[in-house]
Amino acid sequence: MQLTVWTYEGPPHVGAMRVATGMEGVHYVLHAPQGDTYADLLFTMIERRDHRPPVTYTTFEARDLGADTAEIFKRTAQSAYDEFKPEAMIVGASCTAELIQDDPGGLAKTLGLDIPVIPLELPSYQRKENWGASETFYQIVRNLVRPVEKRRGRAPGERSCNILGPTALGFRHRDDVREIAGLLESMGIQVNVIAPMHANPDDISQLGLADFNVVLYPEIAESAARFLEKHFKQPWTRTIPIGIGATRDFIAEVAEICEWDEPDFGRFQSNFPWWSRSVDSTYLTGKRVFVFGDATHAVAAARVAAEEFGFEVVGLGCYNREFARDVRAAASQYGVEPLITDDYLEVEAAIAEAEPELVLGTQMERHIAKRLGLPCAVISAPVHVQDFPARYAPQMGFEGANVLFDTWVHPLVMGLEEHLLGMFREDFEFNDAAGASHLGGHGAADAIDTDISDRTMHWLPEAERELKKIPFFVRGKARRNTEQFARDRDLEEISVETLYDAKAEYGR
Amino acid sequence: MKQTLDLKRSSTSQTRPILRERGQREVFCGLTGIVWLHRKIQDAFFLVVGSRTCAHLIQSAAGVMIFAEPRFATAIIEERDLAGMADVNEELDKTVSRLLERRPDIKLLFLVGSCPSEVIKLDLGRAAQRLSTTHAPDVRILNYSGSGIETTFTQGEDACLASLVPELPEDTTGEPSLMVVGALSDVVEDQFARLFESLGIGSVRFLPARQRATSTPIGKETRYLLAQPFLGDTARALEARGATRIAAPFPLGVEGTTAWLKAAADVWGVDPEHFETVVEMPRARAEKAVQRYRSSLAGKSVFFFPDSQLEVPMARFLNRELGMSLSEVGSPYLHTHHLAEELELLPEAVVLSEGQDVDRQLARCRDAQPDITVCGLGLANPLEAEGLTTKWAIELVFTPIQGYEQAGDLAELFARPLVRKARLAV
Repeated sequence: MQLTVWTYEGPPHVGAMRVATGMEGVHYVLHAPQGDTYADLLFTMIERRDHRPPVTYTTFEARDLGADTAEIFKRTAQSAYDEFKPEAMIVGASCTAELIQDDPGGLAKTLGLDIPVIPLELPSYQRKENWGASETFYQIVRNLVRPVEKRRGRAPGERSCNILGPTALGFRHRDDVREIAGLLESMGIQVNVIAPMHANPDDISQLGLADFNVVLYPEIAESAARFLEKHFKQPWTRTIPIGIGATRDFIAEVAEICEWDEPDFGRFQSNFPWWSRSVDSTYLTGKRVFVFGDATHAVAAARVAAEEFGFEVVGLGCYNREFARDVRAAASQYGVEPLITDDYLEVEAAIAEAEPELVLGTQMERHIAKRLGLPCAVISAPVHVQDFPARYAPQMGFEGANVLFDTWVHPLVMGLEEHLLGMFREDFEFNDAAGASHLGGHGAADAIDTDISDRTMHWLPEAERELKKIPFFVRGKARRNTEQFARDRDLEEISVETLYDAKAEYGR
Repeated sequence: MKQTLDLKRSSTSQTRPILRERGQREVFCGLTGIVWLHRKIQDAFFLVVGSRTCAHLIQSAAGVMIFAEPRFATAIIEERDLAGMADVNEELDKTVSRLLERRPDIKLLFLVGSCPSEVIKLDLGRAAQRLSTTHAPDVRILNYSGSGIETTFTQGEDACLASLVPELPEDTTGEPSLMVVGALSDVVEDQFARLFESLGIGSVRFLPARQRATSTPIGKETRYLLAQPFLGDTARALEARGATRIAAPFPLGVEGTTAWLKAAADVWGVDPEHFETVVEMPRARAEKAVQRYRSSLAGKSVFFFPDSQLEVPMARFLNRELGMSLSEVGSPYLHTHHLAEELELLPEAVVLSEGQDVDRQLARCRDAQPDITVCGLGLANPLEAEGLTTKWAIELVFTPIQGYEQAGDLAELFARPLVRKARLAV
């Protein structure tokens, strides 16, 4: 039994809904009690979809349990077929229906529908949303894909690929797909099918026509890509094109798969490299960032943070254990302890402990950062309504890199402003407790300053006052370093001298 | 799917056809009530014993998350808990101990049952007894079910309050007292308390109390007034303790509020002239506030999808005070006894429906083309995209709407979507 306040991922059937809702012509019949329809609002409210998700729920009640819930399932599946006339149906159970073991797959089969009916086994008490999406997509591909005669040609214009992974309710999937499809087309590669998003069952059957697969979201598409690799000899891309370096690596990987020469990157444009190299960005140097999200986005963000913003990664983690290995490898590269957990309180504690100057996280870390008075930008699902912007805002490709620059820099106090805050700390209306002036001053609290001090250490009043003059976002670190410094030297009290000795010892 | 039209005899000897349907329900389960109950009862904590779906539901239904650590959590049942009942009970005990260690401020803990806990027949009543012994006297542990197989949305509050009633101390004063039952926002509660005081109705208690929810006394001299229409089980539990219900319409709108206050005043033998003096000013204020929205709403039609059981009193308010016509009034459950006074005030020809088959109901709604459709969050945007104007039902549950001072606000909630539609030129 796991004590949970907030969850990063929903149950696996919500993953299945994300696949079905992203697709066209597919209907999901879900054996579930009243209340499980809450999941509809994720799509209609958070993502502002103008259609109900293509899901019909059986809505069984307690009094049905002794009677015939299987009959209710059959009736529901039949009426969903009659009403929505889908081209393919997926059927399964939510957590409660899993316990009553009605076998939706077997029951649906007895109806003899003239469309493919794909049964899903999504163990709710073991697995979560991303796994559910991955398994659903894999089953859909496995059941619907057809043998095809592949065209063969190596020249630009003769190569084609599928783009795999985007679903409904994904973080910027809508825009990433457009950006990467455009990028591939500009390289002379035809996009055969994008799936699950926008694909119908007929498109799925044609997946085998492509030469290779582009996997944008391994959490959702890796198992389908492996299946296609096995059956159609389609290689698939490993690089996630988030950031300038990764996008260039992605282009190189695609070129290699196509057996082309290394492409000329000069053709591809982004403002990011110059924006980051221009002197205004100097103040970003070495800013301490904490990165948390799904493994793919977290690892990608850490690379961008370290190599392209010049930040220092002080924390890196993910909530999906299935992909923890990638995060562990990346964490060791940055010399930090990987944080693999889906316990929100544990993440909050780790962030408070690391005292970052910027948090790159999910909707949950936005709450944590707000509580701790830290700037934050969202880089990964789970997402909220604000993470579905009206404008085109991909994370991937060259335009995605521009978006990253803007959205990660925006929450920070700007360069010269930061200097002024450092110089005149006691100004009554323009001080570090007031927060960045362009953000309407949310009042960065002293939250991270509390409870980390070693209470056995005696600070002389003058030293305590001097400490308060250090900007809030590094004050906690300065306090701890100074106390450590004092302990190492068996000092009984901390004076202004100790504070500056420690500063010289540790640097900023 | 299944559709029956039957005649149900209401307590007012009035017969009215009720359309009863079964099929897909687009409503929340009772767990959702925790979203407001955990703010209302300030020393209580709600521990849902359920699945990841339950945890995900509550955080999604809340729409926005509460920044602080909330006073609710989910003990998520995992694969290994399903291996045997001994294990799951042991796991639950450990989880509760862990929680109480971390939150020593908890004085009252509700173990909240869910669909999975009920299907595996996890006896939370016994668990609550066992844990109460372990953690006495610091923490009182109660249980109720918020499961979707048993409860719909606001019925979760009913189940919660019903579980509280047997814990209340016996009122031994022998003096009559008034108990107002159903969670109200603090501001509304304070307004009612002032009105009852001016009326001279002595001892007034609210259930649930904001603090020390288990300390509200109850006895044979308790007269209770329901502030919410969804409290069937709570009413039964109160009556088992000897309390007597004061029948009244619900305090929505000017008319409902006046009738609700009057019902209590009559039981207390308040002089009618004194009653008039007390309510005169706030009533006039409320009438003026409601009047402001009449021009946008009069003559317009409204269609209610089932949501909170507040549909009947709201329909009565919109119809009688704002001149709206009623296309269909759908409710998850029609408690005809508690709604008797309300139903009498509805027009004879109104279509009342109970339960839901959402696809059929959507078809009726499209046929009716109402000016406003009151529905849940899963339906609102899709219906807007079809050209209908909607009002999210959940806002009516999360906003102070009862009493005189809120009557105008309630009208405004219905006027806003129409005003917005008229303003927009995109």
